[in-house]
Amino acid sequence: MSIEVESLEKRFGSAHAVQGVSFEVPAGSLMALLGPSGGGKSTVLRMIAGLEIPDAGTVRIDGGDVTKLPARARGIGFCFQHYAPFRHMTAWDNVAFGLKIRHRPKAEIAARVDELLELVRLTGFASRYPSQLSGGQRQRMALARALAVEPRVLLLDEPFGALDAQVRKELRTWLRELHEKVAVTTVLVTHDQEEAMEVADRIAVIREGRLEQVGTPAECYNHPASEFVLTFLGPATRIGGTWVRPHDLALTREARPGSRPGKLVRIVRLGFETRVELLLDDGADTWVQLAGRAFDDLHLDIGDRAHVSADRARDFSAVPTASHALASEGPNGAAEASR
Amino acid sequence: MTKWVLRLLGAGYVTFLVGIPVGAVIWRALSPGIASAFDQISTSASLHALGLTLESAAIAVAFNTVFGVGVALILARHRFPGASIVELLVDLPLSLSPIVIGLALTLFYSSREGWIGGWLNARGISVIFAFPGIVLAGAFVSLPYVVREVLPVLQEIGTDSERAAETLGAGPFTVFFRITLPAIRWGLAYGVLLTTARILGEYGAMSVVSGNVVGETQTFTQFVSADFTNYDSAGAYAGALVLGMLSVLILAALSLTRRRGEKQQ
Repeated sequence: MSIEVESLEKRFGSAHAVQGVSFEVPAGSLMALLGPSGGGKSTVLRMIAGLEIPDAGTVRIDGGDVTKLPARARGIGFCFQHYAPFRHMTAWDNVAFGLKIRHRPKAEIAARVDELLELVRLTGFASRYPSQLSGGQRQRMALARALAVEPRVLLLDEPFGALDAQVRKELRTWLRELHEKVAVTTVLVTHDQEEAMEVADRIAVIREGRLEQVGTPAECYNHPASEFVLTFLGPATRIGGTWVRPHDLALTREARPGSRPGKLVRIVRLGFETRVELLLDDGADTWVQLAGRAFDDLHLDIGDRAHVSADRARDFSAVPTASHALASEGPNGAAEASR
Repeated sequence: MTKWVLRLLGAGYVTFLVGIPVGAVIWRALSPGIASAFDQISTSASLHALGLTLESAAIAVAFNTVFGVGVALILARHRFPGASIVELLVDLPLSLSPIVIGLALTLFYSSREGWIGGWLNARGISVIFAFPGIVLAGAFVSLPYVVREVLPVLQEIGTDSERAAETLGAGPFTVFFRITLPAIRWGLAYGVLLTTARILGEYGAMSVVSGNVVGETQTFTQFVSADFTNYDSAGAYAGALVLGMLSVLILAALSLTRRRGEKQQ
C-alpha cells in the first residue's frame, strides 16, 4: 500500500518542527527518513501513524485520506526506538495482543503468533518476559507484534537507535531480508546515513523540518540536491573551491596534470581505510581516503610532500551551496540538474 | 566495632519505641485469656463499631482508588496550569492535622451552619454526625496514598506502550485496562493497602465528624478510646488487639506486594 504525504506542517509551541514536507512511498518499498536528530523526521513518521496530528497537510495510505483517522484505525504497524514492550506480558502475549483485541479465534491466533515468532527468530523465547530479552530481541518482538495485525504499512522510529553497533549491523541486514519476505510498505526513521543507504530503496533527507531531497541512495549520494545532503550522506572535502568525495581523490608522490601539491599533517589508520589529512600549498585543508594498503605502497609519512588530484572525482560544482535548496522537481529533477 | 554500636542503637531505638509497647498491648489484651478477649469485642457496641469502620473504609478506599488513579493519570499525562496546585492539595492531608480535617468537613457539610450542609439537609441528607461524614473523613485523610504510589510509576513507564497498543487497534478502554492498569498494578495495590491502613486507624477526624453515638455512629477507634476513658481497660486492649491484627495483615500484604512489584521490574 502506498503512502503519500502532502504539505505536512507541524508546530510545537514556537518550534516549527515540520515545514511543508511532501513525498510518496510506493507500495511495497522501503523508504528511509534520514536527517540529524531533532530535524523533524520522527514527527513526520508519527503524523503518518496518527500519533501526532498535523497542523496542515494530508496523509494518504493506499490512496485514502487518513489525516483525521485515529492511529488505531489506520492499519499501521509502529515500532518505537525503545521498543515499548508490554512489560507485564510474555513475548508470545505481546505478539498476540493485536489479534486478541480483535477477538480472532484462538487457533488462528496461536498459529499466527508462532509463525511470526519464527519469522523474527524468537521461537524459543515465547514465554520470556521483555525484561528477560536483550535489546535486539525486544525490538524483533516489537516488530513481530506490529506485523501480527497485518498492517498496511510498517513504520519504524529509529528501531536500532538504542542498540550497540554490532547488533545494529546484524539487524539492518536482517530487516532488509525480512522486507524482501514480507514486502509491506515500510518507512524507517534514522539519523545513520549508512543504515539508510544499506536498507532503503529510497531516502528522504529531512533537515530542520524541511525536505532536502528524495531519491535512491545512489542518486542522493552521487547527485546531492544541496550542500547539506552532500556532506550528510558521506565524507566530503573541498579542493580548489569545489566539493569532492575524499575517496575519489588520488594521492601521488609526483605531480600530475591538474594535481595540487601539499604536505601531510595527519594520518588516521582505521584498518580497512586510511585517512590522510593535508595542508595544500594554496593554504586549504583537505583529506584523502585510501582503501586497504594503497597508502602503505606510497611510503609517505607526516611532513612529507605529496600531490592530490581530483581528475576522477564526481563533479559537484552544480550543487547549490545554499543549504535549503528543495528537491521540488523530485529526485530525478535534482539528479539531472547536477549532471 | 562502630558498626555493632550503630546496629545496636538502631535496633534498640525501634524496640523501645515500637516493639515493646505494642507487645505490651498484645500481652495485656491476651492475659485474661483468649476467650475473655473475644467476649470483650463481641459485644454489640463493639461489633457495630467494627462493622461501621470496615464498611465506611471500603467505600472510602473504593473512591480513593478510582479517583486516585484518575488524578495520577491527569498529573502524569497532561501539563496544565494549576497542576502544581492540584498536587499540593493532594499532599495536604499528609501534613494537615486530622482534627483540622474534621473541622473543615464540619464547616462545609454541617446541617446547621455548613456552607452546603443546610442545602443537603433540606433534601434529607445529613453528612456530619452520620455515615457519609465518616466516609468523607476517611477519604480525606487517605487521599494522598494512591496518587503518590501510582504517579511515579506512570511517569516511569511513559506513554510508548500505550501508544503502541493504540497503533495495534486498541481503543482508550482497552489501552487502560490491558496496558496501563497492569503496568501500575503493584504500585496501586501498595497505595490501596496504605489507604486502608490509614482509614482503619483514623481517630482525630472521626472524633469531630462521626458523632460518636454508641451503636450508631461510633467508629472502632472511638470505641477503643471510649472503653479506655471509661476504665474498661480489658475492652480497650482487646479492641486494640483487633486493630493491631488488622495492621499486621496489611503489613504482610504490603511486603508481599512490594516483593512482587520488584520482581516485575
